[in-house]
Amino acid sequence: MSSSKNSAPRHYLFSTDHRVIGVQYLVLALVSVTIGTLLSLLMRIHLVWPDRIVPFHGPILPEDYLALVTIHGTIMLFFVLTTAPQSGFGNLILPSQIGARRMAFPVANAVSFWLTAAALVILLSSTFVPGGSAISGWTAYPPFSAIASAGPGQGAGMDLWLASIAVFAVAGTISAINTLVTIIKLRCEGMTWDRIPLTVWGWFTAALLSIIAFSVLLAALLLLFCDRHAGTSFFVPTGDLINGVIHAASHPGNGSPLLWLHLFWFFGHPEVYIAILPGLGLTSMLLANFSRRRVFAYRMMIVTTLLIGFLGILLWGHHMFVAGLNPYAASAFAVSTMAIAIPASAKVLSWLVTVWRSRPHYTTAMLFSLGFVSLFITGGLTGPVLAQPILDEYLHNTFFVVAHFHLIMAMAGIFGLFAATYYWFPLMTGRLMSESLGRLHFWTTILGAYATFLPMHLTGLMGEPRHYAQLIGVPNAAGHLLAGTLPLNRFITWSAIFLATAQLLFFANLIHSLRYGKPAPPNPWQATTLEWHPALHPNAPAEASEERIVVYRQPCEYLATAGEELILPQWSTEAIPNIKPE
Amino acid sequence: MPTTITPTKTEPKPRRQLEDHDHGSGRRPPTDKRTGGGGDNDNWNDRPNGRRGPRERLVRYRMGIFFALASDLMFFVAIVSTFFVSQSTGHFDAYNNYVNEWSPTLIPPILWLNTAVLILSSITMETARRRMFHEVDVMDEWLGLGKPITRAAIPWVAATVVLGIVFLIGQWIAWTQLATQHVFFLSNPSSHFFYLITGVHGIHLILGIFGLAAALVGLYVSRSLETRQIMVDCAAWYWHSMGIFWLFLFTLLVFFQ
Repeated sequence: MSSSKNSAPRHYLFSTDHRVIGVQYLVLALVSVTIGTLLSLLMRIHLVWPDRIVPFHGPILPEDYLALVTIHGTIMLFFVLTTAPQSGFGNLILPSQIGARRMAFPVANAVSFWLTAAALVILLSSTFVPGGSAISGWTAYPPFSAIASAGPGQGAGMDLWLASIAVFAVAGTISAINTLVTIIKLRCEGMTWDRIPLTVWGWFTAALLSIIAFSVLLAALLLLFCDRHAGTSFFVPTGDLINGVIHAASHPGNGSPLLWLHLFWFFGHPEVYIAILPGLGLTSMLLANFSRRRVFAYRMMIVTTLLIGFLGILLWGHHMFVAGLNPYAASAFAVSTMAIAIPASAKVLSWLVTVWRSRPHYTTAMLFSLGFVSLFITGGLTGPVLAQPILDEYLHNTFFVVAHFHLIMAMAGIFGLFAATYYWFPLMTGRLMSESLGRLHFWTTILGAYATFLPMHLTGLMGEPRHYAQLIGVPNAAGHLLAGTLPLNRFITWSAIFLATAQLLFFANLIHSLRYGKPAPPNPWQATTLEWHPALHPNAPAEASEERIVVYRQPCEYLATAGEELILPQWSTEAIPNIKPE
Repeated sequence: MPTTITPTKTEPKPRRQLEDHDHGSGRRPPTDKRTGGGGDNDNWNDRPNGRRGPRERLVRYRMGIFFALASDLMFFVAIVSTFFVSQSTGHFDAYNNYVNEWSPTLIPPILWLNTAVLILSSITMETARRRMFHEVDVMDEWLGLGKPITRAAIPWVAATVVLGIVFLIGQWIAWTQLATQHVFFLSNPSSHFFYLITGVHGIHLILGIFGLAAALVGLYVSRSLETRQIMVDCAAWYWHSMGIFWLFLFTLLVFFQ
């Protein structure tokens, strides 16, 4: 790909090589996750020690706290959990896994990366405008977000937030189109639909969801922008009293904030599946690989992936049980939400059966995959609970919900990313990451994750609401109740600090292994998927790029013989002996 | 040799054989067994990756534009959903009367003319698109007789550009006609949508005209026939979709207000 004519900026910045773009996305996500984590630590520290003065800033005012919530949520969801698995590893690994040598539209690929980077810059720049960054949370509920004078953060900060997300939506759509066409059209010979690795199925389904969801968000952003600057009232109720002003003349009409909720969550819910689906696929592949087993019920795993994606689009309304929804609609959304538990449980079943009574190789990547399963179960169990309208009535906007989505989306998503990093690091750098540091990183991280997010269920059940800047100083019984959660909240904050500190191990491992890691053999994990094919390896000699790649079997086929493991990669021409596994 | 000549005769599908290493665990490999013409070095199966076969790049780009259009369809679906929600939403005033402020925007008759122009432009565009795949002309070009395909398609693409601009001017006239009746963007929930829908659709058409203009330039500049085909083909599918979207939106504005 690279030639001597290419200068460094052209090669590393404006490259159209999918591997370079993948790394660019990952670096962007790493920067974002660092910022997002520091913001969350600020929030946690302020929550339990509200009097602390932040250096260079001063005391954290309630609007500052809400701005922290907003930027933390936006950055983590869009620029980490969407960008890193889908666009980052999607670019880095996806073409190789299907035996292609490039993405379908390399230039569009670079365009979508640079749009994503621009979106991040726009978002971060909102910190410096008068009024500060947006404070409406990543959901930007109107009518506050629709009226620039509604309060701090709703002026230029909200405009920049909208611009950032609009640019991101365009970038995400372009990236998804690229992913879909690559998977459909660039598969190598023999790579039939039921031989595609489950990771690729995850990317495929997530890309389908992006295609459907992002443009709806774009339409909603356009309408909100009209409300803010053109005097329409799509989302502003007539005669609404906001910040001491009755908005009857400035926003005539019958606008409804619920309309925004519908449009936003039609995007917002699929978005969380976009974040988790690649992790689901990766986990299946890694568990099978390190257990030297087939994926149990491979085709069913494909079906469940698609089913999770399909149901993921249908159930946006469960975010609106409390906001006001036709009770019949609530029932429909409750049923479709709980229906997700069926394919999700089928996936868990397959993972457990795959690992059950095998002798797994507990590498760091395997540990993080198992951690993913663990978090997927613990976080997922509260999903059907929150899907009941009557339970959601009580738990809505409490820390119970925060605990739920942080376990399943944030932590499971991040564990998927860690597994991917440890697993594919040899492909990126030709070196192995340190296993001992990696294990330490895993155990501290999973301990920190559970210590941070499990107690949140309890404070949520005690009634601690989200988005409250302080737990003390609230009058009456509610204040008494809130103050009661303080000890537990202190514990959560210490755990969060511990969890964040544990990530220094990861950075240390990353930097150390980049320079001094053990050189990796060509297929260090004895993997069966095509990204480890000698001809597709990044360091493969130039003449290998002419080699024809043919696939003969599904991934994760192994032959257990006495004392010896026989790996049958997808490109292996050896016939499978007619022996039933075990 | 141009990659666009589709042989009229393709190889019969061979039966599954053991040498294929296909044990029945999956269907046959998704390879297109057609060759680029049958010469010794023209076997598509020897290509290292991708969907082997004629029009490989064209099909890829076409699929890309289809996914983009599917995404765009969702954009319009979202706006139309909002249309219906706004239409049926009211509020209670100070005297507890239920008020629905929606009063349908009278559609300027010129929109019928515009619609006809847009349908006509779709016909010219489809003609241009089909000219790009005229196989006799492909053969002529291969024999070194210039660019007969391009010569045949350019007037039709140019006609589409002109008709597209006529449509946009017509939309502008419709807006000014409404404005003389004092119906503005802000007048009514219904007029929000009239201006929003025509405006957003108009922006899509402007993008389409840029695409057509790029295709026109490409027809002159590009030496690769397949590149020229891709540019016209993708611009055409985009243009047709905007036509269909307009029929859908126009029906909405005329009959469902």
